[in-house]
Amino acid sequence: MLAFIIRRVGQSLLVLMIVGLVAFSMFRFVGDPIDNMLGQERTIEDVERLRGQLGLDQPFVVQYYRFLEGAVQGNFGVSYRQGRPVADIIFERAPATLELAAVSGILAVLFGIGLGVFTAIRRDGIAANVIMATSLIGVSLPTFLIGILLIYLFSVELGWLPSFGRGETVRLGGWWTTGFLTESGLRALILPSITLGLYQMTLIMRLVRSEMLEVLRQDYIRFARARGIRERVVNFRHALKNTMVPVVTVIGLQLGSIIAFAIITETVFQWPGVGLLFINAIQFVDIPVMAAYLMLISVMFVGINLLVDILYVFIDPRLRIDSSGGK
Amino acid sequence: MMSDSTTPPAPGRFRRFRESDFFYAFTRSPVAMASFAVVALLVLSSLLAPLIAPYNPFDPASLNLMNGFTAPLAPNAFTGESFLMGTDDQGRDVFSTILYGMRISLFVGFAAVLFAMVLGITLGLLSGYFGGWVETIIMRAADIQLTFPSILVAMLIFGVAKGVTPVEYRDEMAIWVLIFAIGLSDWVQFARVVRGATLVEQGKDYVAAARLIGQRPTTIMIRHILPNVLSPVLVIATISLALAIIAEATLSFLGVGAPPTQPSLGTLIRIGQGYLFSGEWWILFFPACTLLALALSVNLLGDWLRDALNPRLK
Repeated sequence: MLAFIIRRVGQSLLVLMIVGLVAFSMFRFVGDPIDNMLGQERTIEDVERLRGQLGLDQPFVVQYYRFLEGAVQGNFGVSYRQGRPVADIIFERAPATLELAAVSGILAVLFGIGLGVFTAIRRDGIAANVIMATSLIGVSLPTFLIGILLIYLFSVELGWLPSFGRGETVRLGGWWTTGFLTESGLRALILPSITLGLYQMTLIMRLVRSEMLEVLRQDYIRFARARGIRERVVNFRHALKNTMVPVVTVIGLQLGSIIAFAIITETVFQWPGVGLLFINAIQFVDIPVMAAYLMLISVMFVGINLLVDILYVFIDPRLRIDSSGGK
Repeated sequence: MMSDSTTPPAPGRFRRFRESDFFYAFTRSPVAMASFAVVALLVLSSLLAPLIAPYNPFDPASLNLMNGFTAPLAPNAFTGESFLMGTDDQGRDVFSTILYGMRISLFVGFAAVLFAMVLGITLGLLSGYFGGWVETIIMRAADIQLTFPSILVAMLIFGVAKGVTPVEYRDEMAIWVLIFAIGLSDWVQFARVVRGATLVEQGKDYVAAARLIGQRPTTIMIRHILPNVLSPVLVIATISLALAIIAEATLSFLGVGAPPTQPSLGTLIRIGQGYLFSGEWWILFFPACTLLALALSVNLLGDWLRDALNPRLK
């Protein structure tokens, strides 16, 4: 068990090193950092001085090491476009994205599992069939079209909800800003979080449904029913619990996607988060911001993957027995 | 597999196709036929865009700014002209821009899938056939890339490639960069499937026989193994096409794809979104519907193909 965890952590660190190499190469070779920092008016001495200051005259490996060292300490250099440290900009924007992702993640998990169980239990009911048919369209609709559709319905036609921004925010502690505490902040959260969570919800729902159908066919379920255990207990205690291994994997992996897909949702709703920052960075080829975003998101993805793998061992007792020898 | 030499190849092949299980299953599935019809219609009309489109939206001479914001099928207040799907802010006929835009969407989609397919098949064959460190490197890279959503990978590649191209070529190169980015973000599926199938095929006698008569690895891989692993590749290619079209539309919508000078469906939707609040709904509505029809029908076709070609379901 411990050996397994150590090996997985080692693998994760290796992946992060490789991603770091990619991010560093972007930073180093896409355009000349010196060109981007000094304007048109510059002397050769200026260039040489800055080159020395930034350590760009050092060997590649040394530079890479320094880059990683900086990244670990949260130092990603200065944005070409805004002229401020990238870390500051990201910190400023992170709460918006994290709040949005958290709300849509919770929505997706709750409704996904709930509807999945419902459609599995009432598999021939009309409601279940309608839900399944709608979900098919939900999977095929690109995220940005869902967002536009919601804006059209609820902002343009009905005028109930705001179509862009975070509303009023409240500053908590040093740097965290939250939209949870004001009415306009909460209202602004509704449409983006539905847009972002809908796809993941559909996926979770379909997965839970098919897993549930599989499990409900098993003998032990029939036996539990025969023993006269109440339907609710059979469905949730006995059946749902045994669908959890694949479901937890997908939920874990989807949490990462939520952060990535937040880029699209944030652009549609002009949500001032990290995703919008990243899209603007691509448009203006702001390499330090892109590199920093890449590093952050890979830490997140690799971390989630690691966590899911370790969580397996706790959910599925069978894995605990031979986990020392197996993968 | 060659057709019988006594019958002429062309009608023989056609008849074989007509009488195949595959074709029978197709005629039995209304969903498959309907989605195939929609795909065929959309592909044809975008191929024939110069003939069908009433205007050439890229020819400044045919544009009249006075025609801007004409509602569908309503005569314009100044010029009296009317348009099937209305006009956008610059007086471009929306119907024509959709036809030309779909051309770009489909071109990028097909080209990206083709690129991903060639890359994935090559790497999959190599790692399946040679194994060892070749396999380790390729499949590790695939694993790492699979950790990230492909749309994110495509965005990053697009950003980097944009940074590398000189400023004056960026708009011209955007389409190619897009194909490169989407293709590179999507090779993993192909490589995994081809590798798996190659591992199975390579243990079979015909490969051993080919090796015995001294054929080179390249020949064995391309002439002998490749034809036998193609059917799952076809399924993945169709599903990838739907994903590639959506990916392209998403990137263009986000402003990191096709430029406004060469608008794809995604770019058109991006432009239309700006007029959602001022009541010019048609600039957004028609491109969005077209994209939806395209993505949905390709998706359904891919789903059907997966079931039809899956021997386990027969």
